[in-house]
Amino acid sequence: MSTLWAFLAGLVFGIGLILSGMTDPGKVIGFLDVAGVWDPSLAFVMLGAILVSFSAFMWAERRTRSLLGGAMHLPQKRDIDARLIAGSIVFGIGWGLAGFCPGPALVSFGSGQDKAAVFVAAMLIGMLVYAVAERTRRASTSA
Amino acid sequence: MTIDWAHFTPWTSLAGGLLIGVAVAMFVLLNGRVAGISGIVGGLVKGLISPRSGEIGWRFAFIGGLLIAPALMRLLGTSVVPRIDASFPTLVAAGLAVGIGTSYGSGCTSGHGVCGISRLSPRSLAATAAFMLAGMATVFLWRSLA
Repeated sequence: MSTLWAFLAGLVFGIGLILSGMTDPGKVIGFLDVAGVWDPSLAFVMLGAILVSFSAFMWAERRTRSLLGGAMHLPQKRDIDARLIAGSIVFGIGWGLAGFCPGPALVSFGSGQDKAAVFVAAMLIGMLVYAVAERTRRASTSA
Repeated sequence: MTIDWAHFTPWTSLAGGLLIGVAVAMFVLLNGRVAGISGIVGGLVKGLISPRSGEIGWRFAFIGGLLIAPALMRLLGTSVVPRIDASFPTLVAAGLAVGIGTSYGSGCTSGHGVCGISRLSPRSLAATAAFMLAGMATVFLWRSLA
């Protein structure tokens, strides 16, 4: 049951991304191009999304179980460290280069764009590099 | 600063944003999880190296929903023509940067930019500021070089 709901959440998320314009890298780059001819549309995407999810999280934070009865898995870390900032800067550089972030890239891959497929493949390799590096780091610190 | 009025779509972007918010709300209230796409995908990749049970199905289901979305939109009569100007080598570099960066930074536009900001998480506010500024600086430099 929860798997079906996860699918539906992904579907609604994807439709939202398409409708909003986030799956068009040209539009994303137009938003990031503040020094050029600026398209502020994506600020409205964030505004709309936060308007709804803010109240959902207010409700969710007070719950100990989900509405389906499962455990809540909300991130609890609040500290700002070098990994967070350096990682986010590297992500921002990649985002600015191609105009794709993970969600819209997957949706564009789903619509059969070969360029999105290349981006997604490289992104998965990047995540694999991290997973391997982390395992090596943990193995060396625990040894 | 000049506004690109020709491409400015405040209403459809706001509507799309509201739908994204509905999906985030569904996911946290029903599944008890944060809809951060890089985290959902990254968890699958991590599972290739150190498998954990109960962590696979819901991730594939959510990603399946994302992948099916364009087909459903096409059935409803909306087809999207994306402008992808980046060359293949640029796409590879960008994909690697996004994969590595979101892993070290524990999130992307959805996890930090929407969910984290909605939860008023200082971590997510800092991360969002960092990737927004880095993205803007990258586009600025890229445009100056081109």
